[in-house]
Amino acid sequence: MAKAKTLILRAPGTNCDRETAFAFAQAGSQVDAAHVNELLRREKLLSDYQIMVIPGGFTYGDDISAGKILANELRLKLGEEIRRFVADGRLILGICNGFQVLVKAGILPELSPPLTLAGNDSGRFECRWVYLRVNETSPCIFTRGISTMYLPVAHGEGKVAVAEPGILNVALYYADETGNIQAGYPYNPNGSIDNIAGICDASGHIFALMPHPERFVRWSQHPRWTREPWKEYGDGFRIFLNAVAWAKSI
Amino acid sequence: MFWIEVSVKAGFPDPRGEALQKDIHDLGITTVKQARVSDIYLLEGTLAEAEVGRICQELLADPVVEEYSYREAPPSQDEHAHVIEVAYNPGVMDPVEESVRKGIRDLGIATVDSVRTAKRYFLWGELSAEALQTICDKLLVNSVIQHMVTKREVVSLPSATYNFSLETIDLLPMEDAGLMELSKNRLWLNLSEMKQIQGYFSRLGRNPTDVELETLAQTWSEHCVHKTFKGKIKLGQLTIDNLLKSTIMRVTEELEKPWCLSVFRDNAGVIDFDGRYAICFKVETHNHPSAVEPYGGAATGIGGVIRDPLGTGLGSKPVLNTDVFCFGPPDFPYERLPQGVLHPRRIFKGVRAGVADYANRLGIPTLNGAILFDERYVGNPLVFCGTVGLLPKSMSQRGQQQPGDLVVLVGGNTGRDGIHGVTFASGELTKDSEVISSTSVQIGNPIMEKKLIDVLLKARDQGLYRRITDCGGGGLSSAVGEMGEETGVRVYLEQVPLKYSGLSYTEIWLSESQERMVLAAPPGTVDQLIELFASEDVEATVIGEFTDNRRLQLFYEGNLVGDLDMEFLHHGLPQLEREAVWEPPQHAEPDFPEPPDLREELLRILGSWNVCSKEWVIRQYDHEVQGGNVLKPLVGVNNDGPGDAAIIKPIPDSYMGIIVSNGINPKYGDIDPYWMAASAIDEALRQVVAVGGSLRRVALLDNFCWGNPEKPDRLGGLVRAAQACYDMALAYETPFISGKDSLYNEYETEKESICIPPTLLISAVAVMEHVERAVSMDCKQEGDLIYIIGTTYNELGGSHYYGTHGYVGNNVPRVDPKKGKRLMDALSAATAKSLVRACHDLSEGGLGIAAAEMAFAGGLGMVIHLAKVPLGEPINRDDFVLFSESNTRFLVEVAPEDKQRFEKFEKMAGVDFTAIGEVRNDKRLEVYGLSGEQVLSAPLAELKEAWQKPLRW
Repeated sequence: MAKAKTLILRAPGTNCDRETAFAFAQAGSQVDAAHVNELLRREKLLSDYQIMVIPGGFTYGDDISAGKILANELRLKLGEEIRRFVADGRLILGICNGFQVLVKAGILPELSPPLTLAGNDSGRFECRWVYLRVNETSPCIFTRGISTMYLPVAHGEGKVAVAEPGILNVALYYADETGNIQAGYPYNPNGSIDNIAGICDASGHIFALMPHPERFVRWSQHPRWTREPWKEYGDGFRIFLNAVAWAKSI
Repeated sequence: MFWIEVSVKAGFPDPRGEALQKDIHDLGITTVKQARVSDIYLLEGTLAEAEVGRICQELLADPVVEEYSYREAPPSQDEHAHVIEVAYNPGVMDPVEESVRKGIRDLGIATVDSVRTAKRYFLWGELSAEALQTICDKLLVNSVIQHMVTKREVVSLPSATYNFSLETIDLLPMEDAGLMELSKNRLWLNLSEMKQIQGYFSRLGRNPTDVELETLAQTWSEHCVHKTFKGKIKLGQLTIDNLLKSTIMRVTEELEKPWCLSVFRDNAGVIDFDGRYAICFKVETHNHPSAVEPYGGAATGIGGVIRDPLGTGLGSKPVLNTDVFCFGPPDFPYERLPQGVLHPRRIFKGVRAGVADYANRLGIPTLNGAILFDERYVGNPLVFCGTVGLLPKSMSQRGQQQPGDLVVLVGGNTGRDGIHGVTFASGELTKDSEVISSTSVQIGNPIMEKKLIDVLLKARDQGLYRRITDCGGGGLSSAVGEMGEETGVRVYLEQVPLKYSGLSYTEIWLSESQERMVLAAPPGTVDQLIELFASEDVEATVIGEFTDNRRLQLFYEGNLVGDLDMEFLHHGLPQLEREAVWEPPQHAEPDFPEPPDLREELLRILGSWNVCSKEWVIRQYDHEVQGGNVLKPLVGVNNDGPGDAAIIKPIPDSYMGIIVSNGINPKYGDIDPYWMAASAIDEALRQVVAVGGSLRRVALLDNFCWGNPEKPDRLGGLVRAAQACYDMALAYETPFISGKDSLYNEYETEKESICIPPTLLISAVAVMEHVERAVSMDCKQEGDLIYIIGTTYNELGGSHYYGTHGYVGNNVPRVDPKKGKRLMDALSAATAKSLVRACHDLSEGGLGIAAAEMAFAGGLGMVIHLAKVPLGEPINRDDFVLFSESNTRFLVEVAPEDKQRFEKFEKMAGVDFTAIGEVRNDKRLEVYGLSGEQVLSAPLAELKEAWQKPLRW
């Protein structure tokens, strides 16, 4: 079987790179973390990898708006490499700040309507666990075989907002315990339109979400593991297994 | 110049505007119908209009939710709204400016010279000039760092030039009065210290330069050298020579724990974690800056303490933060606020935001903390920040440079930030503090620190330097001065990279600009080091070299501007001699009758500022980042119960854990600081044991925040607290590994000096063998037994119960550490056998609060019988049994089938324990009194609401 190689892209202010790398390694991938400068200087090449991940953090301080500066850097300086990477059918995952970067770099959504991640309706940074429901009709590679998840969010700018109504490739919704995807705050922690928690492209190869799957790969990361039956691994781990399995098949 | 405004498009919510409207409402101004906030960017450079358009469209404004406008001059006033524009004072650098410059360069536009940011506030509604002024003063402008824009802003600072001239001070002929005049408000040294310096220079036969004098003052400051703790203190018949060595450091020496790897000698204390890794821990305060500018003060506080573990051994990775704050009550009346003091609510919000914004950006989970309130903190808030670091055990010792090694300054550039911060922290605050200290505060740049940490740990692993220290209070003077002590060092001050021109050599040397570290690198690896830093966009600059002449020599453009003997600098300080007195205060004994309804009493304590839920704060910290946590700050069936201590699993492929807890209760200090300190230690250890840890490997940190130690009564209390630290730590076998003190926490008004309550924070760090033994405090299962472990005494002095009735009392909770250790060891043994389903320690509010919290966190229900509670002395009141705050007590939930096995452990230890109730599923708390009658019955929803409501902001 082919090997899967994952690139974790770091930039000043990235802060979830290590746990994301750990999740991919546990899922059976070879993992490299690279500073964006190493890609710009061509010391590392995107084309050597099957999966590219933009992990969580506050790249460049989230100054101006979350993810904006890294998004421009990717769009203006690495646009061609990324287009080729996508055209080759490889996988891109953006988590939290990575979602913000992918959107602001114009990589997602690939068709209109224009979308952004705006400040949470509460006006506050929110660190809390959310129930998620997977859109099972979505082509998303990462969420295959998953119907619900329980994961933490931690962000101040996670509200999906659109300029005009249109059709989006929604992969993941905020829900309540029963799976109702119309539940309001705090189930929907940021006021996202239509309770959108994650989107993908039409091929299902590019996936971006606000919740942090890498923060729930072992069961004792669950906020109530001391009072619930033990499980082998956390809900987020499936996402990494799916990605690595697909990458090995390329 | 281009003036660009970015605002939220109509039709989209403006959360910042809504938050502002709410804050205005909280001020009592109810006429503002709407508020909006927009961002202003001022760009200077040669720019074509098309380029400005592109900058707006592609960088500054979000295409979906924001709109922009630009013009060559600011617009005139809007007729429909009150408009206030607020900008930073010259010299105060907003880190956003640097990001904007980078963003513009990435667009391929290279002609922008400078960028400034500002905010514009729009308020709609009837507002008097006076109300508008109040809003500006109380919410929008902090004059220490900001101003209202009334005329055209200067975007780029005039490039000042500094013309070198050597400043000397005519010290030799000075009389006593002259020496003290020189010291006042600048050096903060006493007469004997000033004379010592005068003597040194007269032996040299020359006057000192300004930089020499400032270096001495800074090295000898209370903040850096802890001269009160190291001084000679007379208390009655007793003379204590060096309080620190004879109490806190002594206990560590006597306990001789082999797992203590580095104590009291580095920037943080270090203990062995698992033989492969070591952990280090440091807690510090940043009180004075936070009082003056809460956001910046607290942000640089957390930024500073993170650099301590980073600068410990050969450098450690920060893995956990803990924060403890003490503020005035949020409902403190504005009219009683002393002049020059910010309102507690504003300090609270600013400090919270400062800590969260900095720690969240650095990706360090804030997992544990406490917030306390007392009117005496109004003028002097306390902000404790702590960080745990993880490092390879082989790198846990402080490094040692060799002569010829280079002094390398890494990280941010140097500005006028914080000059005199250290000496300022060694004096009392007055209403003029805002003015004096305006250069003492800066805005932190967390991303600079994050970049620094990332690349520094790489350099460490490649072995590119021999020694590291942080650049904090006292700047280069402190960092390089201390590093060079054993060898000697020469520094070329013109080599230091500056934020802006015009700094004198003295300003460069003393600047406390954040996000800097100092390394000692061998000449052979220095190029590699600089190259590595450059690869991640962090500056590394050689600014000097270590010598072998044991002198501190400072040069500026070839001129020798300072030349001090290291021996005198570090050991010339005369030992301080101070008088202390201790007389136990007598408080009125409460004489109120037993209330008929204890439900009301319980609700009142649950809803008190100290006890109430801090969820509003906790959720704004990222406590999940790094993915290591095992017990979170909020636990229970709805993730909202108050956990006792945090646990992390710092190494992904190991099951060993780190527990961090804090003990603090200044209310007891009003009766006796000895028992306050004992209680704080007991509390920190209780929390470690409550979550499933043990006393086997626990290290403590002390942080003393006290009033003016020159006042004998304040000092007397300090001595008693330190003595308790020795007694307790010895008996519990938990050594101190590091600590800090912040004295002079008094606020001078025209009438009086308001002293903070003597406050000792004890922080504990414990190594846990297997994190899956962790126990949370929420009730788990209907039918389980509820045990109380430990003995209840009539100890309500300083309790929350007395407090809600307006009394302090005198019977302060005591600690019997020998018994306490037996008890905690027995409970740990039971936990290790998985016999404990839930455990909560009894602290503020005693049994009543602990039972209520366990019940509502678990969403079940509980019944308890006070008549079964083991008492250490006769108590004939239900309220006293329910709310006594006796130490070393726990409530434990045990499954009925484990009853025998659990009790065996407690019996062997010979400690008091009794099953006093059980878990039910009726979602009520019921308490039966000494006579067997019901004295309290309340639905959990009511209790929880009372507990959550106060800080639901």
